[in-house]
Amino acid sequence: MSKPISEEEYRKGMANRLKQWILGEEDPLLGNMEIQQQNEYVPNQKMLRRHKKDRDRVVRDVLDTEHNKHYKRFFRFYKIAAVVSCVALILILLVAVSYLPPVGSADKPVNNEVSAKYIEDGMQETGAVNIVTGMILDYRAFDTFGESNVLFIATCTVLIMLRNDRKKGKHSAEAEEKRDSYYEPKADSILQKITFVLFPIIVIYGIYVILNGHLSPGGGFSGGAIIGAGLILYLNAFGFEKIGRFFTEKTHKWISFAALTFYCLAKSYSFYTGAHHLESGIPLGTPGDIISSGLILPLNICVGLVVACTMYSFYALFRKGGY
Amino acid sequence: MLIFEYILLGFLVVCAISVSFSKNLLNSILIFMSYSLVMSIIWILLESPDLAITEAAVGAGVTSLLFFVTLKKIHAMREEGEEDE
Repeated sequence: MSKPISEEEYRKGMANRLKQWILGEEDPLLGNMEIQQQNEYVPNQKMLRRHKKDRDRVVRDVLDTEHNKHYKRFFRFYKIAAVVSCVALILILLVAVSYLPPVGSADKPVNNEVSAKYIEDGMQETGAVNIVTGMILDYRAFDTFGESNVLFIATCTVLIMLRNDRKKGKHSAEAEEKRDSYYEPKADSILQKITFVLFPIIVIYGIYVILNGHLSPGGGFSGGAIIGAGLILYLNAFGFEKIGRFFTEKTHKWISFAALTFYCLAKSYSFYTGAHHLESGIPLGTPGDIISSGLILPLNICVGLVVACTMYSFYALFRKGGY
Repeated sequence: MLIFEYILLGFLVVCAISVSFSKNLLNSILIFMSYSLVMSIIWILLESPDLAITEAAVGAGVTSLLFFVTLKKIHAMREEGEEDE
């Protein structure tokens, strides 16, 4: 027997809203979403004249090969040279590939004692089930430290090139951003609802990939890239103001600084003890547990944080020239 | 399975050639995006799922987004002749 419900409760219920939506009585998107009216395309005579003048000049000075004999020779040579160099490169690469040993043959140069040692003793020495992570963050952690620093330096370079510091006027970051997104819908409710569902899932998946880096495929870089992509989606749906509540330039600076410093200190310690044949005192734990394999888990978290911040800040800098 | 791999590899070659021959920059980026997506499937077939995750997130996701924003910044996605003072 079904329970009778009051009229007010029925009005708020899912079924009624679905019915209303199908019948088109009340548009749930009305009043929430605003799309800029597209103007009819009117050609700007001044700009068109300027473009035509530029084009005529290029044609007269370069492309008109009847009057520019030396350009004619150059163009012919250019086409032939392009094809010849392309074919030569392809041939060289194919010849080089044909000299490679077949896949899986026993006398390949990569099948030496180094890879044999990694495969045999990797799990015992690093405590990581995933041999790749054990290699990247234990045997070759110094390389990975360099890679994290390269990412950080790349962010700094992009920051120097694209940062827009002007606060007011036509060329300020806000005005540029406003002009760029003029035709985009403001507060797009379809995008916002989907982001509302997807963003936590994406971030949790990224965290899962980072935390399970020593157990399953993945690790700091992949997980960080996933979280960074999720942050970009959030930024596109809700704008700079909303994301500024939990992620600003200051957050980025401190997270990057703390992660890189921790990485540097932790690895310096283990290199120091390793070089002097001392016990590092970091327990390896049982292989297969989440908290195991010594320093690999914290280092994975550090790399993931740096990569996520870098991905997001690249996008924010390209988009607006700031945060 | 081998035929499937050959189809994917052929698709990669076609994509790589058509990126450079496409006149429209937006189309080039879309083709590049599909190139990355197929590449990530090939990484899975080559048994390196960690690279596949990275390729899908970085190659198909972030890089293409950065290309889109750049096209927007240099006004390559607008109609020609529009006011840009």
